Formats: sequence, structure tokens, C-alpha cells
Amino acid sequence: MLRVRALEARYGDFQALFGIDLDLAAGEVLALIGANGAGKSTFLKSLVGQIAHRRGEIAFKGRDISALPADDIVRLGIAMVPEGRRIFRSLSVEENLRVGAFAGRPGPWTLEAVFELFPILEQRRRQAAISLSGGQQQMVAIGRALMSNPDLLLCDEISLGLSPAVVKDIYDALPRIRAHGLALVVVEQDIDTAVRVSDHVACFMHGRVSLRGAPSELTRERISAAYFGLEAHDA
Amino acid sequence: MLEIADVLVQGIMLGGLYALFAIGLSIAYGVMRLVNIAHGDFLVLASYLALTTIALSGLHPFLAIVPVAIAMFAIGYALQRWVLGRTMGSDGLAPLLATFGIAIILRNALLQIYSADARSLQIGSIATDSLSFGSISVGVFPLLVLLVSIGLTFAVSLLFDRTSIGIALRATSDDPETASLMGIRTGRTHAAALGLSFALVAVGGVFAGIRTTFTPDIGPASLLYAFEAVVIGGLGSLWGTFAGAVLLGVAQGIGAEIDAGAGVLAGHLVFLAVLVLRPTGLFARTR
Repeated sequence: MLRVRALEARYGDFQALFGIDLDLAAGEVLALIGANGAGKSTFLKSLVGQIAHRRGEIAFKGRDISALPADDIVRLGIAMVPEGRRIFRSLSVEENLRVGAFAGRPGPWTLEAVFELFPILEQRRRQAAISLSGGQQQMVAIGRALMSNPDLLLCDEISLGLSPAVVKDIYDALPRIRAHGLALVVVEQDIDTAVRVSDHVACFMHGRVSLRGAPSELTRERISAAYFGLEAHDA
Repeated sequence: MLEIADVLVQGIMLGGLYALFAIGLSIAYGVMRLVNIAHGDFLVLASYLALTTIALSGLHPFLAIVPVAIAMFAIGYALQRWVLGRTMGSDGLAPLLATFGIAIILRNALLQIYSADARSLQIGSIATDSLSFGSISVGVFPLLVLLVSIGLTFAVSLLFDRTSIGIALRATSDDPETASLMGIRTGRTHAAALGLSFALVAVGGVFAGIRTTFTPDIGPASLLYAFEAVVIGGLGSLWGTFAGAVLLGVAQGIGAEIDAGAGVLAGHLVFLAVLVLRPTGLFARTR
């Protein structure tokens, strides 16, 4: 479904990604872990066309999307839950969710389906989304992305700044999201959570993939070493 | 007492016209954070477009609003899509300077094409007809302008609050980068917003051309009144802009009653007072 080869990305003179190669099949979950500034979010932004200066191959369902803008990429079936949630502050909960459907893709995710996934949002549907708690805003951000009926959902730090109980609620919803067959790329700082929810793990370090594999193949020590850069020095 | 009521009524009527000047400016700022320095000059352009349309087709000025509004929408859309859109980014100064340049070009082009002679749009006796409510006399045309400005403010508010394009405009205003992640084509949405702004400018331009004479160089004065109404009401708030325009009109009416030459000054003083006491405007909202 997703094939990335030799991906590079820059912010002006600063190069943030160096030759990233990654593959993801339909229905799989890939967890990206790594320290702050390792390049995980830049990688996701590159996939959805939010980094202007990117080079390399990004193919989605066999189509080269490396030069497409973000609004075309979401129409092809890639949706993103951005870091910091990025809720539209002048819109209500329901309006935020409806914006997600502007891509016009048919599928199982409707307003009712999102309300079934996160019932609290139906109770708050008329409320300004920005007035919700952080966890509820994250539910809005996830529901909004699902409303585009994506084949691939990118989640950037969805547990950031949330209490453990709220994080658990959100991750408990992932199996129901996966049940519809979509693939996920999850950026996660918490190694245990990343290993628990994913089929594959890729660890980013200084803009490169320092370790990759199935969680069953990777020991906690190897992941921690790659996370903190120890394995890179050993290699 | 009756004199005070009469001054207030006439001021509110004048505020209706200023609201037509200002709503488009409020939309451009609210959606794109664009301070359109050429706003007043485009208002004058609409007056001249109506003049030409009437001369070529014989349409009544009220009916000429339709083709002029369509033409102005197209001009606004194209201007944003292919000129101003390319100047927008993290630096808000570039589009501001661009509209400043466009204002000068437009003013000189109108001067070249239409000369400096004062023109006006004629609507016959409606311009001078009036209705009497007891001792207060209300001009039919100013009343019509007020009703149209209320109607348009209401319609644009509905558009923003109840329609998909309105939600897209608000989402784009809040966060264009995230809006593009939702499939919203932000460039086209911005273009539609300036098109809408210019279509409303067309209505204001035609009514202004009926109310008084116009020349190519009166744009800055219209921009000033529109700007003052937007700031008094609160940046980005449509009904706030309407209220700001009415307050400006009433202030000018009271000022003119005190001294014939003090009307405009009174409006400026109210603007200054709001800036000092409540810099965000009287009815500031996020939109």
C-alpha cells in the first residue's frame, strides 16, 4: 500500500530526513518511535505533502504522490491526526467532524459511526470543540481524520500531554478503527504502547531509521538502544 | 427631543451604507488576515463598472448591481488566486504592500479611462422620496440601503454559520495548513472569500454612486470609513462590523449636528476612543 524509498526532507538549509526506506501493507500498523527531533513528525508531514522540500519516492497504492499537495493526497486516502490536535477553534465538535468529510470519499466512517466510537462527542456535538478537554479534543481530531474514510491513517503523537487513562481510552479504540481494514502509522514516544499496538516498529534517530522489525523480533533492550542512539554507535 | 431622534435615525441610515463598505473588508480580514488597502478603490471601480453597464445596456442602477457583483466576484477571485495568494505567507506585509500598489494602479487607470470629472448614478425620484413617521422624515433610498445592508449581513452570517462553504471558510481562517489536510483547497477557498468580499463591495459601490458623486480618487475615504467600522465593531465579526458602521454613522450625524464641518471628525474621535479603550473592538470574535 505504501512504499517509501530514499526519502529526504529539509527545512530550508536544515536536512531533517536522510534516505528513509519504509513499506506498509494494507491493514498493518507501523509504530514510529524515537526521541524529539528524530524526524518522525517530519516523515509523516512528508507523506501528506506538508513539507515543500522533499525528495525521493513516495508511492501510495502504486501511485507516485511525492509531488502532490496535501489536499490531493487526502482525496487518495491518506488522512492525518496532526501533532497538537490542531482543532478548528471557531467550529463546533460536529462541524470539526464534518470538515473531515470534505475529501468526499465514501466509506464506513460517518458522523454516526464516529459518535459510536466516541460517544462523548455526540453529547458535546454543539459545543465549541476548543472548549473540550485535551482527550476529547484528541477524539475529535481522530474522528475528523476518519471522516475522510482513509485507507491509511497517520497519527502524530496522539498521547502527547494526555493522562494515562485517556491514552488508554484512545488506544482501546484502535482495534475498532483497524476492523475496517485501514492501515495505520502511529508516532509514539512511549515504547511499550508502540510495541503493544503495532505490527512493525521503526525507530528514528537523527533523521534516519536506526532499527526496524516486528515487535516479536525486537527485544526491549535493542529498541531502547536504538531509541537513545546506542546501537547506532555500536554498529 | 425630536431633533435628537432625527439625527439618530439619519445616522443609522448612513451607517447602513458604511456597513456595505465594510462587510467585504471584514470578510477579507476574517478569512485571510488580509488588510486590503485597495478596498476603497475597488468600491470606486464598482461604481464606474455600474456607470458603464448602465450606459451600454440601459439597465436601472438597482438591476446593474447583478452584473457588476458578478464581475467584481470574478475580479476578486482572480486577484486572490493569481496575485495576492502568491504574496501570502508568514509575512503579512507583502500582501498589504501588494494591495497598496494595486490601489495606485487602479486609481490611475480609472483616471485615465473616465477622467477626473465627477459622475453619479441616477435612479430618478426614489433618490429624493421620503416617508414620514410622525415628525421624523426618512428617505426611501437611505432606508433601502439600510435594509439591504441588514439583509446582506444576515445572509453572509447564514452562509458562514450554516453552509459547507461557510464551514470551509471558517476552518481555513482558523488553520489553513490543517484545512488542507482535510481536503479543503485553501487557495480556491481564499479566492472565493475575496470574490465574496468584492461582490459585496459591488453593492456598496453602486449605492455609494447613487447617493453621491464619485471621482477616481475617493477610494481612500471609503476605505477609511470601512476600516473604522471594522475596527470599532471588532476584527472579523460580521454583526460587529455592522454595529461599528452604524455607530460611525450616528457619530458623524451627531458631529454634523453640532457643527456642519465636524461630522467626519466626530466619527474619527469615536474610532480613536474605541482604539484606546477597547483595542479589540466592541464585538470582537474569532471570525
